[in-house]
Amino acid sequence: MPMQEEDLIPADEFCVQHKVEFSFIHALQNYGLIEIVTVNQKTCIPLEKLKDLERFIRLHYELDINTEGIDAIAQLLNRIENMQDEISSLKNRLRFYEE
Amino acid sequence: MEYVDYYKILELDKNATDEAIKKAYRKLARKYHPDLNPGDKEATKKFQQINEANEVLSDPEKRKKYDQYGKDWQHAEQFEQARQQRQSSHAGGQQFSGGFDAGDFSDFFASMFGGSTGGSRQTKFRGQDYSAELTLNLTDAYTTHQQTITVDGKNIRITIPAGIENGQKIKLKGHGAAGINGGPNGDLYITIEIAGHPRYKRLGNDLYTTADIDLYTALLGGEIFVETLSGKIKVKVLPETQNGTKIRLKNKGFPVYKQEGQFGDLYITYQVTLPTNLTDNQKELFTQLSTM
Repeated sequence: MPMQEEDLIPADEFCVQHKVEFSFIHALQNYGLIEIVTVNQKTCIPLEKLKDLERFIRLHYELDINTEGIDAIAQLLNRIENMQDEISSLKNRLRFYEE
Repeated sequence: MEYVDYYKILELDKNATDEAIKKAYRKLARKYHPDLNPGDKEATKKFQQINEANEVLSDPEKRKKYDQYGKDWQHAEQFEQARQQRQSSHAGGQQFSGGFDAGDFSDFFASMFGGSTGGSRQTKFRGQDYSAELTLNLTDAYTTHQQTITVDGKNIRITIPAGIENGQKIKLKGHGAAGINGGPNGDLYITIEIAGHPRYKRLGNDLYTTADIDLYTALLGGEIFVETLSGKIKVKVLPETQNGTKIRLKNKGFPVYKQEGQFGDLYITYQVTLPTNLTDNQKELFTQLSTM
């Protein structure tokens, strides 16, 4: 399904609001951490990626973590999330035997 | 309202240099930053305390006031008046947002300094996500139904799909805090907690229960009615059914999440109940049976 314009945020606007260089967004894209799309010759960021992007910006600008570090953190957080899901599922199974 | 020991929070002594405060803050902020501790409420709380401690100790004026009054902070009002007369200025120290509202400081801070003076890097565009918990009982979770929850004084009607699992999260897009500078609203995450049921145990989409059958039905076979979450059903009991026998009723279990018309199975364990208060005649008959 093609992405609607209301689901996108112009990258230049986003960079101004957040006071970040576009090169940083571009670096994140190169690491496959975020997705950038071009609509009507305008570079845009999908709305659904905004939460991740804002997190990466905080990691970079607040904690001085470089792109390589952000990539590693993103992968580890993903693994943590999967493990938390697994723990939740195992807890439900455990509850079955404990009740 | 309790006195807050900012030095203790940053693990410093009272003679700490500005450089030591900065270093301690950075170290602890990295450790407890909410982006590195997703879903950890304790880390978020600690991060807010660290931010608050830094807000005070990295600002010479605030630190002086804090050091001077310390546990006697309730008399700081006089100091505040004198400070206002001097009209001193302050640039503010660096403060991390962690994606949260930095102004969410303790009552102690608000009482002494009158709220956050800001100074954080404004990176927030998308509104903050909210999280809430909703407790359902098993019968609620059995059917798709609506619930009304209150967030920020507003009532939100949500649909809970049948078959939702204990601990599962529902995301309500755009129901978090309002976005800043034209950014989109945050989302609302609702964690579902399903309370235990006295009659049924759930394992995934399957349900487990027990049914009592009398000795005669167990020996000779027959029919019994079993209560299920969708009503009573008739179940055939085979002759010579042993105590503890488990049977499976296909598709009589729990609905499969977001798979309309699909159900797990219901497992019934038979518990044979022995007759009590036997008459003389019954005793005689059982005696005859035992010697045959």
